[in-house]
Amino acid sequence: MTSLPADGLVVVAKADCPTCRLIEPLLTDLAAAGPLQVLVQDDPAFAASLPGTHFDQSLEHSWRLTTEFVPTLIRFENGRETARTYGWDKAEWRAISGLTDLGEELPVMRPGCGSKTLEPGIAEKLELAFGDVKLQSREIDVSAEDDAIEACYARGWSDGLPVVPPTAVRVLRMLKGTQRDPQEVIGIMPPDLVPCTVEKVAINAVMAGCKPEYMPVLLAALEAALDDDFGLHGLICTTMFGSPMIMVNGPIAKAIGMNSGNNALGQGNRANATIGRALQLIIRNVGGGRPGEIDRATLGNPGKYTFCFAEAEDSDWLPLAQERGIPAGRSAVTIFPGEGVQGIIDQKSRDPESLARSIAESLRAVDNVKLAMAGDAVLVVAPDHARIFIEAGWSKQRLRERLEELLLAPGERLVIGAGGIAEGIPEKFKDKQVPKFRPGGLLIVRAGGTAGLFSAIIAGWAASGPVGSSPVTREVTL
Amino acid sequence: MNDTILLDPTAENAPAERARLPRPDNLEGKVVGLLDISKPRGNVFLDRIEEQLAAIGVSVKRYSKPTFTRPAPTELKQQIAGEVDVLVEGLAD
Repeated sequence: MTSLPADGLVVVAKADCPTCRLIEPLLTDLAAAGPLQVLVQDDPAFAASLPGTHFDQSLEHSWRLTTEFVPTLIRFENGRETARTYGWDKAEWRAISGLTDLGEELPVMRPGCGSKTLEPGIAEKLELAFGDVKLQSREIDVSAEDDAIEACYARGWSDGLPVVPPTAVRVLRMLKGTQRDPQEVIGIMPPDLVPCTVEKVAINAVMAGCKPEYMPVLLAALEAALDDDFGLHGLICTTMFGSPMIMVNGPIAKAIGMNSGNNALGQGNRANATIGRALQLIIRNVGGGRPGEIDRATLGNPGKYTFCFAEAEDSDWLPLAQERGIPAGRSAVTIFPGEGVQGIIDQKSRDPESLARSIAESLRAVDNVKLAMAGDAVLVVAPDHARIFIEAGWSKQRLRERLEELLLAPGERLVIGAGGIAEGIPEKFKDKQVPKFRPGGLLIVRAGGTAGLFSAIIAGWAASGPVGSSPVTREVTL
Repeated sequence: MNDTILLDPTAENAPAERARLPRPDNLEGKVVGLLDISKPRGNVFLDRIEEQLAAIGVSVKRYSKPTFTRPAPTELKQQIAGEVDVLVEGLAD
């Protein structure tokens, strides 16, 4: 690597740039007047007759000088930059060079061209080669295999669908989505109990297909999932159905293009699909939670590929995150040990009481109609159903309280053996009124398209609360 | 972009080189497949292996590829995977 003059001028140029060609003859004048280093980005023949010309083939000098345009003229004094201009600006070049008649025959001004360092794909390579970010993950050379996507499959990194091969350039781009240090440890990842760094999150986010701007949501979701209250370890290992489901509130949902409307719980939106998938890939790859190994799910559920959506917030209903303590206007994720989706179809109720009764009856099916206070549940109310409550002045809180009342059941109907069914709650509840859900165990969100008198139940892990999992809400920080 | 160097997404608890499947300690109760890739005299080699396996009471199934010039057809690979525990392939003439 050639050294730049401590006192003198540096010109960064590109033979491909007409403005650089325009000023090429002037370089002889500059060289005659004092120390001059010419850094050429693309062609060793440019200004080759001058002793101070260097072919900056690796672009390291251009990158270190944070060159954005060519030509760029820089003056150094005592090893420090004191002046800079770019493109051809006669007055500026004369002022910086001190040559008052420089380029007399040239036009007053000509814009320059973009520096080669900023061409797509090159900037990240230069940053990886010369920058401060040093990625720590092991490099896996898959050149012997003919397809990088197949290599990812072969190594067991996939959930069954193709993953985006995590090259260093892609991982670096993903890390641009967060201010956090790549080596910061987000937490200890179960079930293998290994530290999970921001870098490992970024690698798995690349594989899942995330955009860098999703990183803050993904990191918040991972932090929430690693909160002891969520009980991720047990959730990964259980024979039951549940797996982390992410619900997003606040301005970030719209900012990154999440879907809270039509088909909110379904496919087709990149942010919804890939944030949920990235969390699952982190569980698989960093934590080692693979089905058939530590993941002992008997049936699992399709949400174990991905399950993430945003609430369709309505000014008349308190968003989930605000109910759970996040101030208005902030963004947050709530993580829930979700099973699959059970639809509630009620196209006849037009008053809140009828609809609440209808929903309450459907909610009894969570876990088993004869079980109580086992799993939590999320009730997803689509806009047409929500409107019936909102127009009648029912807040979310009022709906929840009414559902809790309606869901009280006489223990004698639920105890073991009742109704000729062996499954049931212990005999000691026989003479009690039994709530379906533990206190705080029923969450309500509004989501979905604006046509359809539907709601949906997403049941939770049947081990809820301190013995298993509680929902956790975490603010998204950029 | 260099697509042949990937960054490891795992906790790096396993070796970077993919491990071979574990070898069985013995062949007791196992079914051994013998795959003739259809190169000349592959059958001579595999016939002798079959004799020796039969002599120690190991059951053997024979397969052959249509041609040694191409990978085994998927159907054949799936059939072999479903029927045997171990496979011996006669590679060259």
